[in-house]
Amino acid sequence: MKAVVFGGTKGMGRALARLMAERGDALCLLGRDRDDMARSATDLQIRGAAGTVGVATCDLLDPSTFAPALDAAVAALGGLDAVVVTAALFATQETLERDDALRARMLAANFTNTIQFCELARQRLLAAGGAARLCVFSSVAGERARKPVLLYGAAKAGLSYYLTGLDHKFASRGLRTILVKPGFVKTGMVAGLPVPPFAGEPDAVARVVLRAIDRGTPVVYAPGIWRWIMLVIRLLPRAVMRRIEF
Amino acid sequence: MNEPLKIARRPEPGGDAVAGPGPELPLTELAGWGHYPVVQGCERRSEDLEDITRGAVLTRGLGRSYGDSSLPPPGRHVVAGSPLADRLLAFDAATGVVRVEAGFALMNLNRLFLSRGWFTPVSPGTHYVTIGGMVAADVHGKNHHVAGTFGEHVRSLRMRVADGRVLECSDTHERDLFRATLGGMGLTGHLLEIEFQMRRISSPWMWQESEQVPNFDAALEALQSAGRQWPYTVLWSDLVAEGSRLGRGLLMKTRWAEPDEAPATPPRWRGAPALPMFLPSWFLQPWMATIGNAVIYLKHGARPRTGIIHPETSFYPLDVLREWNRLYGRRGFTQYQAVLPGPHDHPRHRRFVDALRARGRHVFLCVIKDCGPEGKGMLSFPRPGVSYALDIPVGPQTQALVDALNDVVVAEGGRVYLAKDAFTRAEHFRAMEPRLDAWNAVRRAWDPQARLKSAQSIRLLGDDP
Repeated sequence: MKAVVFGGTKGMGRALARLMAERGDALCLLGRDRDDMARSATDLQIRGAAGTVGVATCDLLDPSTFAPALDAAVAALGGLDAVVVTAALFATQETLERDDALRARMLAANFTNTIQFCELARQRLLAAGGAARLCVFSSVAGERARKPVLLYGAAKAGLSYYLTGLDHKFASRGLRTILVKPGFVKTGMVAGLPVPPFAGEPDAVARVVLRAIDRGTPVVYAPGIWRWIMLVIRLLPRAVMRRIEF
Repeated sequence: MNEPLKIARRPEPGGDAVAGPGPELPLTELAGWGHYPVVQGCERRSEDLEDITRGAVLTRGLGRSYGDSSLPPPGRHVVAGSPLADRLLAFDAATGVVRVEAGFALMNLNRLFLSRGWFTPVSPGTHYVTIGGMVAADVHGKNHHVAGTFGEHVRSLRMRVADGRVLECSDTHERDLFRATLGGMGLTGHLLEIEFQMRRISSPWMWQESEQVPNFDAALEALQSAGRQWPYTVLWSDLVAEGSRLGRGLLMKTRWAEPDEAPATPPRWRGAPALPMFLPSWFLQPWMATIGNAVIYLKHGARPRTGIIHPETSFYPLDVLREWNRLYGRRGFTQYQAVLPGPHDHPRHRRFVDALRARGRHVFLCVIKDCGPEGKGMLSFPRPGVSYALDIPVGPQTQALVDALNDVVVAEGGRVYLAKDAFTRAEHFRAMEPRLDAWNAVRRAWDPQARLKSAQSIRLLGDDP
């Protein structure tokens, strides 16, 4: 498989890229920091990635970088089967409420710009004529508005809505959209936050996601138990949601 | 990956200059593997180890040291956590030299390289450790008598020293810092990258022979002679048995299997189940140690056993149950490990065992290993002699027991292992460590303001709180 991973140097992207490397996939990393990407590329290379792991500069806060980065990646890979997007911004609700500029950046990155990136990725996946897998990390935070992840969840809810529609519209043309809804996963993103029950390990979650990419599963919760947790939370009445703090 | 936005961090109370947890980063319980002592603290983890070690008081790996080595000193709460900094930075398939970020776990090294014909030159008894932790504790293993400690195989270290600089050290560059860091418990600087030499193996499987030894004196003899022929030896010993059976045990002798002996398929690394919760602290009773040790001994049988075994079974028998430390309950346990000189001087070793037995029957597990020559590490634990590792539940008697054992260790010229220790008194440690002043001098040259410290360095190494 020839895959582009946007955000592959850290957290879930790192875990997923490693699994792909260890089974011999060809990879190209997109991200902001070239030095950091070079280090990750070496790591993936040693783990068994096919050919040379490519890197291309791409900043989620700067949509003008998207098309050149994707084109460079397709050229480096000599084709394209999958695009994985794990890049996003995270901050706690209190911080986002306090900081207007930060809030604007988070909303732009996680909603507007991620969708812009997906549109460009979609076109290239269909044009390349490969397996055409678009795997994007949204969040269970977008399932039901909850106090501690209200703003972050709002952006992710919009993203999930878009990705669901992408599947409806383009499935018949061969595009497989994999919408990932991770629960709490112990990555650097949430380091220091209290760990809730049913938290997942990055490696285990990555295995679930990679299987979904291979099979073309449209929606995947990871760890799987979050499907049922969110089912319950979606059914809670407003009066309860106003009272609880999670 | 979702990147955390920079969170404004409040300085910690007490004029702490390090980046502390903001209001969003709450304090939790931090403890070593023995779950004693437990302190309120916060571990800052990030893929970017250079970032989180800036101004940090200490870096913690996977928290497998037993006592307080990985805990913040009193009045401080935050330690940097390395496990997310876990990339392979270079690997030379021709020579077996590998360079990793300090949080890289031994488990992953084994998983990735065993089938390629390479193995860590030295392995501790668990693979849930970081390479950084292996350097900081300068770990030893069942091949100490021939291979020395892990530090002997380290070629170069990249560190952040106390004044904030990041530099590379080795036996040829900043040699003092290098040697003080091997076994320096992370107190000379923050380990960022480690380059070391892996060992070529003849196959990914192992050949083991094990046999019963009837008593303590026979056990020491057998361990000694096995070391002359085998690269990996260890002795499990029953120190709660009575009379002439005292010190009976099982001697395990292992080597890498030759290609024609080994199964055609490489060993699979299995996931292990975890003990889901702490058992009640009253659960383990001394009679269980008596029965358990007897069962292990008798189950083996009088006939020597030989055969091919999985390297995981050989090196990491306890890792089959993750979180097994919870067996001891929330009160925790300590592993007391000391090395006594002179393998042939049995009376010296008998005095140690007598001191142990005079204080009760609390030892659930005893592992004995002969050690080879001292290595480069200025404060590394092993020295020629015999090492005893004893698992003891924490209780009202523990301090007195450790004191009594340390009296013998001081008198006989031995020393204790910092990576395990939670109870030794500073006076005892000073008496058993003539090397401490030289090590502290190097430390102070690199850290004149004493910025780097741990709960253990305050308790044991003469640091001011």
